[in-house]
Amino acid sequence: MMLDHPVPEVPTAAAAASPAIRLTGLRRHFPGAPAPALDGVSLEVAAGEVFGIVGRSGAGKSTLIRCVNLLERPDAGRVEVLGRDLTAVDAAGLRAARRGIGMVFQHFNLLASRSVAENIAFPLEVARLGWAEREARVAALLPLVGLQAKRDAYPAQLSGGQKQRVGIARALASQPGILLCDEATSALDPETTAEILALLADLRRRLRLTVLLITHEMGVVKALCDRVAVLEAGRVIEQGRVFDVFTRPRAATTRRFVAEVIGDAVPPGTLAALPPPGPGEVRRLLRVLFAGPHGTRAVISEASRRFGLDLNILAGRVDAIGAEPFGIMALAAYGAPAAVEAAIGWMQDLGLTVGPLPEGEG
Amino acid sequence: MLPWLSPMLQELLLEAAWQTLFMVGAAASIAVLLGLPLALLLQLTAPGGLAPNRAVNRPLGLLVNAVRSVPFIILMVAIVPFTRLVAGTSIGTGAAVVPLALAATAFIARLFENALREVDPGVVEAARAMGATRLQIVAKVLVPEALPGLLAAVTVTLVSLVGYSAMAGAVGGGGLGDLGIRFGYQRFMPEVMATVVLILILFVQGLQSLGDWLVRRLSRR
Repeated sequence: MMLDHPVPEVPTAAAAASPAIRLTGLRRHFPGAPAPALDGVSLEVAAGEVFGIVGRSGAGKSTLIRCVNLLERPDAGRVEVLGRDLTAVDAAGLRAARRGIGMVFQHFNLLASRSVAENIAFPLEVARLGWAEREARVAALLPLVGLQAKRDAYPAQLSGGQKQRVGIARALASQPGILLCDEATSALDPETTAEILALLADLRRRLRLTVLLITHEMGVVKALCDRVAVLEAGRVIEQGRVFDVFTRPRAATTRRFVAEVIGDAVPPGTLAALPPPGPGEVRRLLRVLFAGPHGTRAVISEASRRFGLDLNILAGRVDAIGAEPFGIMALAAYGAPAAVEAAIGWMQDLGLTVGPLPEGEG
Repeated sequence: MLPWLSPMLQELLLEAAWQTLFMVGAAASIAVLLGLPLALLLQLTAPGGLAPNRAVNRPLGLLVNAVRSVPFIILMVAIVPFTRLVAGTSIGTGAAVVPLALAATAFIARLFENALREVDPGVVEAARAMGATRLQIVAKVLVPEALPGLLAAVTVTLVSLVGYSAMAGAVGGGGLGDLGIRFGYQRFMPEVMATVVLILILFVQGLQSLGDWLVRRLSRR
């Protein structure tokens, strides 16, 4: 375990005093639905932050993001964007506010009858900008998303990734401070997804955007987000910095989501095939998390020597989220009960997080 | 040009063809002008539309259905007082345009409504998210995106109008259909009937081909 990088400061997480987006107690129950889509959701997204919302389909993600620009009006709760309560403004005020909030859609939602340039210019037409201004903006946006050559193509002639680039350019055309991404990569193949995520990361940095995105793919959160909230049955069940939520998930749903990208799941059948403890020994199944600068010691072999344990590594991975490295490992520890306890204590003293292997991950 | 017809019949045929063209053209133009706003109103006020309004949508839908339910030959006679009010007379080619336009308006309104409904709701949502007004959504999204479908609806309506116009003889409207009935059928002149049918076939084929070509030209899908 060699993790000697310093932990960098995350510049954006929950630092700003006034949040870009503040949702308070959002409720939405669709008529005829058995359960509410949103059941009291409160969130704050800091200015300049990329905030991810994950959840299974039907968890209320789509309803939640559509509440931010009031495409969906919540039954109760407040939606404040850049300090303004959008639920309280009139229709004209809402339209004006929406021009400051870009939105990218899963199925792109481009106008089939318009060329790439005309699609990108569309929000500018809506905002009644003059022709010259529109042309100038489009000319500036095309290279930003790498579509100079497709200026006059129609959406039907583009690949999925190119369509989403148009969608992103269109969302940025009115120079919004906030970008909403509604499953922006879910209709794309993995390679194109990586391209679009790289583009979003680049744009976010260059344009200092505040981004709220919803996704069911943890890979998207890992690649892009500073903070994440997990939505289940219309409630936020867990939220925090992506690094913390990924390395120390609390809720079972979160653990399942995280497992697909953290990769600490023990291969099926491994636990059943483990040898039983010898006479006078115990067997403990442990999950060990190395995070931060203390991973330079050869902890596993040292623990084995010091406490006379047999340590069987069942699964493990070294990775980084943002620029923060971490290692995670599933162990089967064999030894005298006291020695095992002492080893756990010693590892915890080193700053490692040691816990039992969660149920159902064998 | 048509050596199997006497010069007089040829002249009658030409006149009838012009009458048909006039009736179909005038009725279709009125139907498009009235049918598009009607279809937009139906679409916007429908449940889940941009301005849902049952009190407008229901009666309007019923009215359109009512007009479409009445067989054209009956409609033509039933609205004679209305025709007289609008056209000043209830007889002649001009008077025949009134019931033709009425029937075609109801017909095309439903076809237009279907074409508008085919527009991807996601695109409308994107426009809403950009802060577009309802008028902007109609003018910049709904109508342009539905244009190929709207044109196809115009083609279908034109073809139907050619058929309806054959009944215009009942109010003295003249036209090719009327000529076919009066000479081909009632005076036992099969060559007139055959010529009329041939011209109608060519006419309809031409309309359909032109319509299809335009739809292809305008469709970016």
